[in-house]
Amino acid sequence: MAFGKPDLGSITPQGSSFDPALVNKMMGKFGHGGFLNMEYVGHGGDWVELAIDWREDLVADPETGILASAVIISLMDNATSMSIWTKLGEFRPQVTMDLRIDYLRPSPSGERVYGRGICYHLTNSIGFVRGFAHNGNPDEPLAHASGTFIRIGDRVA
Amino acid sequence: MIDMPALPPYARALDMKIVDEIDGAPVVAMPFADRVQGRPGFLHGGAISGLLEIAAIAAIHRALRAKGSDSAIKQVNVTVDFMRGGLNHMTFAVGEVTRLGRTMANVEARAWQEDQHKPIAMGYMHYLIRAKREG
Repeated sequence: MAFGKPDLGSITPQGSSFDPALVNKMMGKFGHGGFLNMEYVGHGGDWVELAIDWREDLVADPETGILASAVIISLMDNATSMSIWTKLGEFRPQVTMDLRIDYLRPSPSGERVYGRGICYHLTNSIGFVRGFAHNGNPDEPLAHASGTFIRIGDRVA
Repeated sequence: MIDMPALPPYARALDMKIVDEIDGAPVVAMPFADRVQGRPGFLHGGAISGLLEIAAIAAIHRALRAKGSDSAIKQVNVTVDFMRGGLNHMTFAVGEVTRLGRTMANVEARAWQEDQHKPIAMGYMHYLIRAKREG
């Protein structure tokens, strides 16, 4: 395999383990993940943590430098989505059904935002997720998230 | 004349523009591009949420100005329902302030593409209303 050109097929085959770091490396290069420059931070058996650096063009309120709410939504959407594949151990096509974010406090101007997504229950059709965002200390969350993903493709219930 | 300060940097970065109004609320449009794409050929849920957010903020600004208020807002939470995949089309969104009280506001925002009556996503937001402090 050519360096810098990973083959998605080799990292998400049926029945083998799912590597969120490698997948994010690709997802983080293109599309909205690329625009936000989403980076892989870490993962466990049922969670994935990603991060986005503060940037002037992601700000919703120029007076305070507070990031657009949707930047946190995108971060939690990707982190929770990947937590499902991580728990499952493989990729399966799915879409976000709904996502709720509670903002405990604003993310300070200039601060990197981390988003940890956790898949706490999986059925054949639905992935139930929750998660939280923070600025580097998981004990001081800035937002909590919860949502559901529905599997799409040939076996949707 | 747009009854809102210039769209915020986030909205400009995603090339959002106010193109119309419905029932006194600004309609915000966002073109399809790689920077708003999720899985290939579809909008990213976060980008759709961003459009809903800007439409919600625009609607609440308009509602506050109509009351002669210069209060600031602070978002408490948001729930987004994704109903249809966003395709390679222009996407529109409009917010409706369902209740504007002294301390909080409820806003619903709807996003659609070719058919205004077939929403691709809905957002439900709560905002705190905060009087601007002197100085």
